[in-house]
Amino acid sequence: MSDRAPEVAETPKSSSAPPPAADHGHAHDDHGHDDHGDHDPIHAANPHLAHHFDTPQQQFDAGKLGIWLFLLTEVLFFAGLFCAYTVYRAMRPEVFVYAHYFLDTRLGAINTCVLLVSSLTAAWAVRNAQLGQHALLKLNIVITICCAFGFLGIKYVEYHHKFEDGLLPGPRFAPTEQVWELPSFKAKHPEAAEYAERLVKRAEKLEGSKQGAAVPAPAVLGGAAPTSSTVAGNPPAAASAAATGSAPLAPGAVVEAKPELPHGTTTSAGTSPAETAPEKTLLSETTQNGEGRPTLEQVEPLIAAGVIGPKAENRDVPSRPRNAHVFFSVYFFMTGLHGIHVAVGIGVWIWMLLKAMKNEFGPNYFGPIDYTALYWHLVDLIWIYLFPLLYLIH
Amino acid sequence: MSEHAHSSAHPEAAHGDGHDDHGLAHTTPVWLLVSILGLLLLLTVLTVSVTSFDLGSEGNLVVAMVIATVKAALVVTFFMHLLWDKKFHLILFLTSVLFVMLFLSMTTTDRGEYDKDVEAFRAAQAQLNRK
Amino acid sequence: MASPSTTADVVATPSSSDSDNYLTHDKGIASWLLTLDHKRIGVMYLASVLTAFALGGTFALILRTELLTPGKTIIEHDTYNQMFTMHGAIMVFLVIIPGIPAALGNIALPLQLGAKDVAFPKLNLASYYLWVLGAVCMLTSLVTSAADTGWTFYAPYSTTTQTNVIPAAMGAFILGFSSIFTGLNFIVTIHKLRPPGMGWFRMPLFTWALYSTALIQVLATPVIGITLLMMMVERTLHIGIFDPTLGGDPVLFQHFFWFYSHPAVYIMVVPGFGVIGDIIPVFSRKRIFGYKFIAVSSLAIAFLGFLVWGHHMFVAGQSLLAGSIFSAITFLIAIPTAIKVFNWITTMYKGRIHLDTPMLYALAFLWVFTIGGLTGVFLAVMSVDVHLHDTYFVVAHFHYVMMGGAITALLGGIHYWWPKAFGRMYNEKLGRIGAVTVFVGLNVTFFPQFILGSRGMPRRYYNYLPEFQPLHQLSTFGAYMLGVGFLMTAVYLIQSLRKKPDAPANPWGSRTLEWTISSPPPYYNFHTPPTVTRGPYDDYEDLVYDPKIKGYVEKKSGRAASA
Repeated sequence: MSDRAPEVAETPKSSSAPPPAADHGHAHDDHGHDDHGDHDPIHAANPHLAHHFDTPQQQFDAGKLGIWLFLLTEVLFFAGLFCAYTVYRAMRPEVFVYAHYFLDTRLGAINTCVLLVSSLTAAWAVRNAQLGQHALLKLNIVITICCAFGFLGIKYVEYHHKFEDGLLPGPRFAPTEQVWELPSFKAKHPEAAEYAERLVKRAEKLEGSKQGAAVPAPAVLGGAAPTSSTVAGNPPAAASAAATGSAPLAPGAVVEAKPELPHGTTTSAGTSPAETAPEKTLLSETTQNGEGRPTLEQVEPLIAAGVIGPKAENRDVPSRPRNAHVFFSVYFFMTGLHGIHVAVGIGVWIWMLLKAMKNEFGPNYFGPIDYTALYWHLVDLIWIYLFPLLYLIH
Repeated sequence: MSEHAHSSAHPEAAHGDGHDDHGLAHTTPVWLLVSILGLLLLLTVLTVSVTSFDLGSEGNLVVAMVIATVKAALVVTFFMHLLWDKKFHLILFLTSVLFVMLFLSMTTTDRGEYDKDVEAFRAAQAQLNRK
Repeated sequence: MASPSTTADVVATPSSSDSDNYLTHDKGIASWLLTLDHKRIGVMYLASVLTAFALGGTFALILRTELLTPGKTIIEHDTYNQMFTMHGAIMVFLVIIPGIPAALGNIALPLQLGAKDVAFPKLNLASYYLWVLGAVCMLTSLVTSAADTGWTFYAPYSTTTQTNVIPAAMGAFILGFSSIFTGLNFIVTIHKLRPPGMGWFRMPLFTWALYSTALIQVLATPVIGITLLMMMVERTLHIGIFDPTLGGDPVLFQHFFWFYSHPAVYIMVVPGFGVIGDIIPVFSRKRIFGYKFIAVSSLAIAFLGFLVWGHHMFVAGQSLLAGSIFSAITFLIAIPTAIKVFNWITTMYKGRIHLDTPMLYALAFLWVFTIGGLTGVFLAVMSVDVHLHDTYFVVAHFHYVMMGGAITALLGGIHYWWPKAFGRMYNEKLGRIGAVTVFVGLNVTFFPQFILGSRGMPRRYYNYLPEFQPLHQLSTFGAYMLGVGFLMTAVYLIQSLRKKPDAPANPWGSRTLEWTISSPPPYYNFHTPPTVTRGPYDDYEDLVYDPKIKGYVEKKSGRAASA
């Protein structure tokens, strides 16, 4: 048990000592709780010591325990989002494979490094405060704040790109580019990209040669599709709607087309129950055109990304996986919430800077810097996990 | 379980050297802080470069998570001071991680179990719609 | 035996009305609204929580009145849905979860620890204002188009209904933070501010209960926070996490929701256990039996409570495997709970029972909570739950444990600590009548609901088959009785405040530290922390009743009880 102040004789009425400066988490009641202020040597020597603590050590330890408990709650808070991520990645891996081509790993990695550096300066700031190194303390806090702003700035750039590219959460998800048109996809899977383009051209030709419904251009597919997918997430339903003629823009004017796979290829993306009957389909037409069967390199990345195959939104033309927007919902929520925590951290660091500029911290009182730094490290920790989960999907 | 505070016999006597235990808490030496940062940056480079090797989707995920956990452990142990701190704080932190694991595993397992029913339903709907 | 360095300020004087105490120390509304004194914060919580209870209770009476007849009685069906939603949300989030910890805990915990305040007094005040903010949000929903989703906010209905769900959910979100900060505060207080000589196994059982509750609060509440946040974002931005038409999974919502809400019910009831654990030995004049077991069982319940959330989801689409696991672990929770009940009963055995009002509430608790807890075990059996889920059986079960458990304990604790907090004794006769009325009313209201449920009456239903009417009417009659009992209690309690302070330091003869200082306590609690030399339930025989002051004093020194 911690030290106790020595028993002091009771005094009937004590004049109130000037209230110590208010600080993070520790009380000072200006309504006279400080009746011991001028009689207790420890409180007199330590203006930052709250009345209900007996020694600076006790106050510091209490604050440390308090901040660790708070960090616990933050871990559990983010846990819900990590759980949603885990569940969706386990059940819909193709959505994640599809989406990762749209993300810029470089920016994510730079952000990681920025946060790591800020973690160093934060930990260093704690040391400075402990040793009473006021100038270095202020410098380290300033660098931490700058890194934090840098992080948010890069995040802003990323978000801006996403909005421009139509990569929004929920039903507003409307990518301006198809995934196989992206440089990242082309670099990794050139044959697949080219094959997908061929398929699209073939689909356009096929549509054009049939009577009736106007053919939506491939780029519009991304925009028009949500209306049918949000209803049932189920292309055959859309196909049946087209059969009744109620949705002229519905993709797949080839109404009887059954979902299929290119002949002779194996798929890694789950089974297609009872739907492998070789019917007259877009892709079978392709192969029958004498171009030979598509190769694994051409097809596998597309199936893995849900562009074609049983998980695709549109069975007849390369598009994107069903519910592709879910990844971006999770992405924006997780990075957004994390960003809010960074912003709050900036606010707290600025507060600390203001106090540091008054040289308030020293060997006997550095708790607030320590606690702020711990919070900051947690923000960094969360990003350490967010980065590979969101940006380094393979 | 009773807590024993560090000695506060001389709270003012914090010394300037690295491994100081006389103040309210241990002071981390600068060389250690910078080395840990170096390690962390190295691991970041590593985790990014590993993605260029294809280890299967699970393999890549496992490697990424292992590296992330190593980085996290470095941050928690050194930057967050747990190496020199009270054991109880470590227990608290590990408990929170444990609960997160519990939550994630039960939910994901459960989802996996009933996902077959969902897919079967979807397939049945698809059959119906095609008729 | 008596420690020489006692901190009793009052030496057998009848009251401390002349001396300064925390109620009189500072005057003016600002001194209350900006107070950092845990006792004042506790009193503000008490008033607020009881006001919310009155509001939620009024809704309950309206609901029960509506259920007097199978069709429409006094309100429309949509209003009915909104009313049971708000009744549940207010009771759960505004009353029972904060109830005992924030109100009674704030008043008594630092006093039981011989401390001057909680570890973070400003955070304490912030917790209170977060409660107020959360309450305002909820009331916003109430006065606009009140949510009609049920207090459980299940998606996808909650993400698509036209009623004003967001303020209600936001209110619950904010209240979550109030709860977290209170828990955090208590954990640090208990770890760091115990007096010399008070090891962990010399703490009062109320403190142990608050500690276990605080652990749950800190670990579980963030999850409801993120769940409600996700639900609100889904509702506004349609991101597709819970709504199946947007690619989401509604069962996922239930997993998230119950991961918090099951431990939440232990937040509601474990403090009640603590209150009962403090009351029974005092009013049996006998040391508690099995102190360590009771203390540790609180921790066990807290831990096990995290492992069983799926028992709310047996018919939700959850897999059978998960259901079986959750069912089996749920049975386990009965064990530490039963240990408590047995130990309390054993404490009373061969004790000298005093049937004062707090003890009447404690006895009521034993009866009503046991019924509620046992019926929980019935529901834990998956094959039985398949039939009873979403029937009135469940409604009866949770009202027995929440009303019979948490609220009865809250009332018992209020009566127990009332003299300490306000320095006035309430009218004992009215107190006993109130306790009996509440007890009878509880049983008349909710026991018929077990029968209704097992006969097939679904919960949350506005219309019902005529065959259920007699039982519904009986239940409604019981509800009115409850209302009368609570009203009576409120009246005599408030009446007692108008007297001059007349309570002695130790009216009940308890050994815990809060009874060693005056009633009401001075604003600083203790000048220096008392050195503790005995357990919290030891040596009742050394206390003797002094009719002049109507309280207990030490035989040897004549002072009020010392540490």
